[in-house]
Amino acid sequence: MHDYGLTKEDMAEFAVLMRQHAMLHPGAQFRDPITVAEVLASREISSPLKLLDCCPVSDGGAAFIISRAPVSDHHVRVLGCGQAHLHQHVTAARSLSDVGAAVAMERARKKAGVDPRAIKYAGIYDSFTITLAILIEELGLAPRGGAAARVRNGDFGINGALPLNTHGGLLSYGHCGCGGAMAHLVETQLQMTGRAGVRQVRDASLALLHGDGGVMSSHISMFLERVR
Amino acid sequence: MSEVAELKGWTDGADAIVYQSCDACRYIWYFHRAFCPSCGDASPQTHRASGRGTVYAATVVRRAATPETKAHVPYAILLVDLAEGFRIMAHGNADLNLGDSIAIEFRPFAGLRTPYAVRAV
Repeated sequence: MHDYGLTKEDMAEFAVLMRQHAMLHPGAQFRDPITVAEVLASREISSPLKLLDCCPVSDGGAAFIISRAPVSDHHVRVLGCGQAHLHQHVTAARSLSDVGAAVAMERARKKAGVDPRAIKYAGIYDSFTITLAILIEELGLAPRGGAAARVRNGDFGINGALPLNTHGGLLSYGHCGCGGAMAHLVETQLQMTGRAGVRQVRDASLALLHGDGGVMSSHISMFLERVR
Repeated sequence: MSEVAELKGWTDGADAIVYQSCDACRYIWYFHRAFCPSCGDASPQTHRASGRGTVYAATVVRRAATPETKAHVPYAILLVDLAEGFRIMAHGNADLNLGDSIAIEFRPFAGLRTPYAVRAV
């Protein structure tokens, strides 16, 4: 916020977007619509984060089966993964907007041999609205300070240029620990194989997944492509 | 080695911030280690910090993380860049802003004496 001018209203946009997506998923924990004003009016947890900026504590799980046999006309191939673990405690991070996500993605990009600008779908770890804003910008999916503008423009919606966490993410689908981020992978696979039902996006032929663990400290990026 | 052992920080019960440096690569760090986390040199030097620094990040916690911290709510958590060139997490006054000059004191928190930043005079 200090470095790039992000506002509380900007962060609230991500909570609203994740809720809009969760409303279309029968398995989501929170499915009632919310507004930016309601996010801002929810009680403060740790400034500047309000209750609705934070993921819930959820019971649940996620599973996926890796098979050689395709489940539909399309199947999904892992193009490349990359990791970065540059610190553990947050005091050892270089900055709060340079936490290792870009390093992980660059390593994945080199292995995958793809242009990140060609990504059609994104599954990005969203423990808090600020986490999502930081990661989107560090991963280069929006310019610094520009992540919320892309939300307002509809870019990360189901019909947008880069659909993001169409199941509702950790913020509204729910966060049950490791299964929470696995849900991003499950949704990505559903989208890529054309099985996302009412949430189906037009084209999920190339996807980027990014997971973050620890205290913004353990980063893994993965590029997936749809093949016939 | 006896000289090093005498330098105790707040996690060992002393009202002090200690840090380490590496003669081989000049790296400076906070969490005590037997070797340099940057180059692996096995002879880090331990020092006592001045406790002077500037606020890098700040939040006010209104929901206690544990039952024993409930009595302290609301309380500020800060990331502070100390003058010697490393960053620590500390409690502190809730009215501190990013970039403010601070001095570290030590105050009780949930059964420990922990670093607490006040505005430098």
